[in-house]
Amino acid sequence: MNEEIITPALEVHDLTVAFDRKPVLWNIDLKLPEGKLVGIIGPNGAGKSTLIKAVMGLLPLSSGYVKLFDHPIDEVRKKISYVPQRESVDWDFPASVLDVVLMGRYGKLGLFRRPRKADYDVALDCLKKVGMEAYINRQISQLSGGQQQRTFLARALAQQADIYFMDEPFAGVDAATEKAIISLLRTMTEAKKTVIVVHHDLQSVTQYFDWVLLLNTRLIACGPTATTFTQQNLQETYGGKLTLLSDVGDLIRREHFPNREGVIKQPKTI
Amino acid sequence: MNSLLDFFSFADPNIRFVVIGSVLLTASSAIVGTFTFLHKKSLVGDAIAHAVLPGICLGFMLSGTKNPAYLIAGAFVTGWISLIGVEYITRHTRIKEDTAIGLVLSVFFGIGILMLTVIQKSGNAAQSGLDHFLFGKAAALVGQDLFVFGTVAVLLLIAVFLLFKEFALLAFDKDYAKAIGLPVRGIELTLTSLIVLAVVIGIQAVGVVLMAAILITPAAAARFWTNKISVMITLASIFGAFSGLSGAYISYIAPAMPTGPWIVIVISTVAFISFFFAPKRGVINRLLRQRNIRRTINDENVLKTLYQLSEESRNFFIQRSAEEIIRRRKFSLETLGKILKRLERQGYVERTGKHWSLTEEGKNRGQRVVRIHRLWELYLTTHLNIAPDHVHDDADTIEHLLTPELEAELEKLLNYPKVDPHKSEIPYS
Ligand SMILES: Nc1ncnc2c1ncn2[C@@H]1O[C@H](COP(=O)(O)OP(=O)(O)O)[C@@H](O)[C@H]1O
Ligand SMILES: [Mg+2]
Repeated sequence: MNEEIITPALEVHDLTVAFDRKPVLWNIDLKLPEGKLVGIIGPNGAGKSTLIKAVMGLLPLSSGYVKLFDHPIDEVRKKISYVPQRESVDWDFPASVLDVVLMGRYGKLGLFRRPRKADYDVALDCLKKVGMEAYINRQISQLSGGQQQRTFLARALAQQADIYFMDEPFAGVDAATEKAIISLLRTMTEAKKTVIVVHHDLQSVTQYFDWVLLLNTRLIACGPTATTFTQQNLQETYGGKLTLLSDVGDLIRREHFPNREGVIKQPKTI
Repeated sequence: MNSLLDFFSFADPNIRFVVIGSVLLTASSAIVGTFTFLHKKSLVGDAIAHAVLPGICLGFMLSGTKNPAYLIAGAFVTGWISLIGVEYITRHTRIKEDTAIGLVLSVFFGIGILMLTVIQKSGNAAQSGLDHFLFGKAAALVGQDLFVFGTVAVLLLIAVFLLFKEFALLAFDKDYAKAIGLPVRGIELTLTSLIVLAVVIGIQAVGVVLMAAILITPAAAARFWTNKISVMITLASIFGAFSGLSGAYISYIAPAMPTGPWIVIVISTVAFISFFFAPKRGVINRLLRQRNIRRTINDENVLKTLYQLSEESRNFFIQRSAEEIIRRRKFSLETLGKILKRLERQGYVERTGKHWSLTEEGKNRGQRVVRIHRLWELYLTTHLNIAPDHVHDDADTIEHLLTPELEAELEKLLNYPKVDPHKSEIPYS
């Protein structure tokens, strides 16, 4: 459906993900080029978060495989950064903003080692980039939603990765901050980083993203915004409930069917 | 006071054993317990504590002696099996984790009690004292026990020190830890092993039944006082050590008193005190804050009413009787009197005989409340499409809550409107 991408940053092949046997993502097949700002668009419950989690290897796959920079994810973890949905953690946790941002350095540090001075420098720098330098020592339980979001963003930046997955990074962020963050993401893509963002506001899609990925349980379309973000594709993504697909999913759960016969596992690369 | 001196001189080796043993146990349980608590695994700690009983009995039955090495090995095995059981049930059935824990806990504990009874009825002379594991035997600790406890405590400390940042990250955001490639499974296994180890050692002092209390309570108490993990761990271990020491002392001055239950009573008292009196997170402080908020709301409502009474005439400093205020807005006469006196003390109203009037500051504050109320009503109707007759109650709360920054933002967003949805004027100073 999209033109051939020679060196994809992300390749998803025939991916199916199920909860309690009911598939919420069916046969996703896609490739994303390097150095683009990519929007994942779709209604609530479309499986956007599930797609990101599956790509990051946080969920078991019913079928298919995922490759990043032509490698299975476990070989390239250090190049990958993740901003989870803000509600996915309990913010009433004894930690400061700086503590959370330093977590972005743990992957590079490895087990047992404490953050070094250089790691603090990176963390402070990233906090400045998202305009949170005034809140370094603030308890995370006392942050507003937008500030929590920016803290997570700074943590992801501190990973200094090559590809970033961000799950609704603009939820609860005011318009001015959203603009600032987008221009920050722009400078990152100019430096050849790939940034993949789950986004809700259809108004700003053409303005923000180079590529879009339209998703509603199955992949509707994936390609450059200009040619992909069309009225017809949107109609297909948001219009028409997928009752048939959902009914079949329920059936699979009730009847204890396997999702696939002969599951295709991630191919081994040496 | 002699007993105090005798006790704290630690001249008697028995006292030394009991004190050092109790403190080591409680402090190291508290440190491991802090992460158990933060990982929201408190119930799991309780399940392990109960599940080690059959292991201890099994260790005794197989070896025929009370050699701690066998008993600990047995405890370790059944403790682990119980956890695997919980995880298996949660993953492969529709039963939720808390139910699975309850199930496993009671089954294992039941089997343990059964085995204990069988052993006691068997007439084996070596068995006497095995029932110490139910309620602990801190007062009977000997030098050999201390050596084992000390080693385990040092092990626990080293592990927590080395894996501190990993344990903290996993407790806060496990998915992220996985995403950045930390060996989450291994770290969790390590933490669970530490919990099992702490439990196996701790039950010798306080017993199976009370073990969860010394594991979790110090951490729960410490959480009230701090927002920093490192401080929390330190506090928890101090609370734990303090309860260990107190428990030992109490059973020293009153030998009929068992150490283990006293340790639990002391740590529970510490938790109660924290729960009520801790600054910020404590209940009393919260109640005080709530009372202050209620007061502010009452005060501002009276100022608002005084302001509104004069809106027509534009003379805001007219003297009004309490009845006039009540006619406009319902207060009990007694409450209103209290509020007015408080406002007078704060300089917002002045009193002349039986009449009250706003001061300049009082007028400004009343005006601000009215302004925010009307701005908010306008915001709800224009930006959220809520019908004008549905916005009043909401605005009644917001008017006391909005910070000056948010107020300014609201004004800007609405572009300094002149009237609200009910055509009342929005007053600016
Ligand atoms: N842990 C889970 N267990 C069961 N169902 C889930 C779980 N997480 C998500 N789902 C279901 O999967 C579907 C997709 O969810 P999600 O990926 O969160 O959607 P989106 O992020 O697009 O709003 C939803 O129907 C949701 O109910
Ligand atoms: Mg989502």
